[in-house]
Amino acid sequence: MTLPFLIFLTLTALVLGGALAAMMLRDLIHSALALAVSLLGLAAVYLTLQAQFAGFAQVLVYVGAVAIVIVFAILLTRGSDPAGQPVFARGWPWGAAAAVAVFGVLAAGILRSPLAGTEPPAGVEAHAAEVGKHLMAEAVLPLEVTGLILTVALIGAAVIALREKVES
Amino acid sequence: MTPALSPQLTMPPLQCYLLLAAFLFSIGLAGVLVRRNAILVLIGVELMLNAANLNFIAFWRFGPHPEAMTGVLFVLFAIAVAAAEAAVGLALIIALHRHYQTVRLDRADTLRG
Repeated sequence: MTLPFLIFLTLTALVLGGALAAMMLRDLIHSALALAVSLLGLAAVYLTLQAQFAGFAQVLVYVGAVAIVIVFAILLTRGSDPAGQPVFARGWPWGAAAAVAVFGVLAAGILRSPLAGTEPPAGVEAHAAEVGKHLMAEAVLPLEVTGLILTVALIGAAVIALREKVES
Repeated sequence: MTPALSPQLTMPPLQCYLLLAAFLFSIGLAGVLVRRNAILVLIGVELMLNAANLNFIAFWRFGPHPEAMTGVLFVLFAIAVAAAEAAVGLALIIALHRHYQTVRLDRADTLRG
């Protein structure tokens, strides 16, 4: 077994183990930490695919910001989920069966696809400078619109989470 | 650099990455369908979005025109939009908590027919 394959298997175990733990643990804080581990593993997978900038953006945005925001939300809503209650919803076997069926369909499609034996082109790397040139050339309008979306989301999130005025 | 020593040729094949993404998507979907807590449902949505991002990166890396950077650019925009979605979603959960004193989805059923 080659070294890249061994690295891939390790990262796969990290990503899937973290995701499974995030979805199955009872304590929400443990779930958030497991999510951070899983997303960090995914960033490492991006690095092995020579997408450095996407990997570091993943670490900054997901492991840095989103995980912290989720931990804040868990702390702010603490006490609303009393201990001893069932973690899973009533019809959970149906949900699990649906997820297994979706994975079966996707895996069958992937394994039977003619793309399976594709060889990657050599010498490809997504340097930050290259990504920046493309962002400033043909993707400049989506970039500006993304800034607008983030501003609107920031204001919207603040307005939604603000304390409601009590009408008297 | 001879082709035999090039690390690209010993990379795992494309379907390994696609299967990893499919499994990650299924875990996220199972979490969304199965958990009672709204925050865990949001975490499941994040996992599904990340599975889609992994597909974009894998197809970009194995595709015929990687110099166009389409996959990487799409992932960057997807990460930005997912961050906005997480912020608004968690704000909604906090508003829900303030209103109903619960984040359990089976209790917030006012709109249920």
